[in-house]
Amino acid sequence: MIRVQEQDFDVGTELAKLTAGNTAIGGLAVFVGLVRDMAGGAGISAMTLEHYPAMTEKMLAGIEAEAQARWPLEATLIIHRHGRLEPGDRIVMVAAASAHREAAFEACQFLMDWLKTKAPFWKLEETEQGPQWVDARASDDAAAARWVKQDPDAAE
Amino acid sequence: MKLLYFAWVKTKTGRAEEEVSPPAGVATVGELLTWLEGRGPEFADALSDREAIRVAVNQSFAKPGDPVGPNDEVALFPPVTGG
Repeated sequence: MIRVQEQDFDVGTELAKLTAGNTAIGGLAVFVGLVRDMAGGAGISAMTLEHYPAMTEKMLAGIEAEAQARWPLEATLIIHRHGRLEPGDRIVMVAAASAHREAAFEACQFLMDWLKTKAPFWKLEETEQGPQWVDARASDDAAAARWVKQDPDAAE
Repeated sequence: MKLLYFAWVKTKTGRAEEEVSPPAGVATVGELLTWLEGRGPEFADALSDREAIRVAVNQSFAKPGDPVGPNDEVALFPPVTGG
């Protein structure tokens, strides 16, 4: 399941809904991303997440389908927020449920790694020097590349 | 052709979206970027570092050699930073 929304979410409620009624699930892995108060040594008072709605839906659906194809998953969930967020706020939640832990752990990490480099979101940080767009990190590309058998979206 | 701009590409070009009609010789993503660069200093500035520009055609990532046509939605943006 995929949700892109401005409002906050409750992790416990989401996990309970995701697994409700499915007793084939033996392992559930979850990642929650939060807004930090620092970036590269500079303080951040808030950030605004911009996105490209039509492409966001398409990319997240594709990433979820890829995870389902690679691992024996019983359920998956991606929630990503947009709009203005402050330090400590939840930005993103990813969960993967399977019969056993290995698929759940791996799929959860895969979902985040691919989301980081493929989902069209951009962070504008409010810093002491004014608003600044966050630069993409080479380490995120490397993390995403770990899962590549053949990635049609990789930059040339 | 519908063009969309996001993040600092939007800031630099000063627009979020527009309809354009490139000349007939513009048939690929790379040719479109080159044509856009010639439209004015704000475009030349925004597109000066091609390595920093990502392009999506109809909501899918596209490469410089991929085709673009009059009915396509083409988005220009920096590498994504979500999550």
